[in-house]
Amino acid sequence: MSHPRTTPTARTESAQDAQGARTHTGESTPATASTSPPPSLTDLRDHLTTHLDPPARTWLDHALDEAAAHPGLHGPISVWELRLAEAGRRCGPAHADAARVLILDAARAGTDALTRVYFQGTADERRAVLHALPHLVSGPGALPLIEDALRTNDTRLLSAAVGPYAARHLTAHAWRHAVLKCLFTGVPVDHVADLPRRAAGDGELARMLADYAAERTAAGRSVPEDLYRVLDLTESVTPAAPGTDHPHGKES
Amino acid sequence: MRIFDPHIHMTSRTTDDYEAMYAAGVRAVVEPSFWLGQPRTSPASFRDYFDSLLGWEPFRAAQYGIAHHCTIALNPKEANDPRCTPVLDELPRYLVKDNVVAVGEIGYDSMTPAEDTALAAQLQLAADHGLPALVHTPHRDKLAGLRRTLDVVRESALPADRVLVDHLNETTVKEARDSGCWLGFSVYPDTKMDEERMIAILRSHGTEQVLVNSAADWGKSDPLKTRKVGDLMLAEGFDEDDVDQVLWRNPVAFYGLSGRLNLDVTGTETTHEGNSILRGVPREPHEPLTGSGTPARVTPAEA
Repeated sequence: MSHPRTTPTARTESAQDAQGARTHTGESTPATASTSPPPSLTDLRDHLTTHLDPPARTWLDHALDEAAAHPGLHGPISVWELRLAEAGRRCGPAHADAARVLILDAARAGTDALTRVYFQGTADERRAVLHALPHLVSGPGALPLIEDALRTNDTRLLSAAVGPYAARHLTAHAWRHAVLKCLFTGVPVDHVADLPRRAAGDGELARMLADYAAERTAAGRSVPEDLYRVLDLTESVTPAAPGTDHPHGKES
Repeated sequence: MRIFDPHIHMTSRTTDDYEAMYAAGVRAVVEPSFWLGQPRTSPASFRDYFDSLLGWEPFRAAQYGIAHHCTIALNPKEANDPRCTPVLDELPRYLVKDNVVAVGEIGYDSMTPAEDTALAAQLQLAADHGLPALVHTPHRDKLAGLRRTLDVVRESALPADRVLVDHLNETTVKEARDSGCWLGFSVYPDTKMDEERMIAILRSHGTEQVLVNSAADWGKSDPLKTRKVGDLMLAEGFDEDDVDQVLWRNPVAFYGLSGRLNLDVTGTETTHEGNSILRGVPREPHEPLTGSGTPARVTPAEA
């Protein structure tokens, strides 16, 4: 029998840890939590310093020093971009996201550089760029990357796309569709950053959710639990913590 | 029976195939870049294809519990098309990626000067990037093609024991074996090898450094041919260790030469019956796939 993988088991530890990988689910994606504040770059560095084995830690320290010393474009491919590409096999899949975010930060990658490495990147590298956005880009200039990721059906990219940068900058319409796409594709809405604040009092989102629930019910299918969770949040009229950097309060 | 299909073009296959492959025991695949039947007209088309081999296809495979790696190259046929050859300059950017475990498919199609150039250049790229090479042997004039291939390999910076020569048969296996290269056999419904002939070759040439693949693609082919070879091996007196060597340990050892093989399927997010590739499938997690002591990551020293 074959049952396609349908749970976020995150079995991403290296060989030595394979047996116990399921227990590492939580710490394998330190950049995706949304119910608690997203980890700072210092948190990520501390996490890796604690968890990487010595050869990987040495490699990362060297990669970060190199990136800091030689940011920008050099030759056909800059050395920090090489390090970004190989971070998975150097640090292990469980720590690759955090290592890549730190390399992007050390190289002082701005919107242009992030856009280039995103579009030249593997799915793993793209996910790391998405995680880096809230740390490295202050304005909405990197929104095209979020929009690109939201067009995919790759749940690893979708869950990274709905992080704090999307919460800060996505238009109301695009943000509602992102939430709905999470429900469609089974990305837990825990990944949606700042969900209570953005959902609060959003009647249009409530309508979309209700219509989706009706469509599922009419088809004899179950309605995802997460849908009701978000629906409850829309009924809250007092936003939990109004963000001062929320630029789009209405349908675009 | 655990199976590693070391050469299969999943881009051309359906999710039914992934499901059937998993049920048959396939837990890992390598997808070599190749031509798509329809000629490409620009390097941009290659970029999108390579991106897919490094993005969407591993995601699809992981949903079915199968680890997916790829090999990257300009294929022999399109090496003759001046609209495509500029992609050679872009290969270094891809050859550093984590999921790329070899340069390939390279080799000869019609044995032209342009193919000579592309083959030599890409063997050098493999050496430069610490990668082994997957070398396709031609369909037409096969023995002459193999000899010319082995000559180019000998002149290259890449040692023969980091080269897999593929699509071998009765006429080419001996010289390939003598060269020190790894030996690949594609088992097809009509052309290339079939299960019975594969058994005969394993009897006469042994199981060492032998890899069996389905090379399934958009043509008439069968992604379960690896399993069928394993079943026939057992029926014909080979033991389970022989089967495991050919269908698992040999491909792990060859692609492990890259130092980039990661056989632990990365967890993917939950999906339900909606706008995903998992429409209508039961929501049950897989059992652990690598619980039998299989190394998840294989370094060259271990391989």
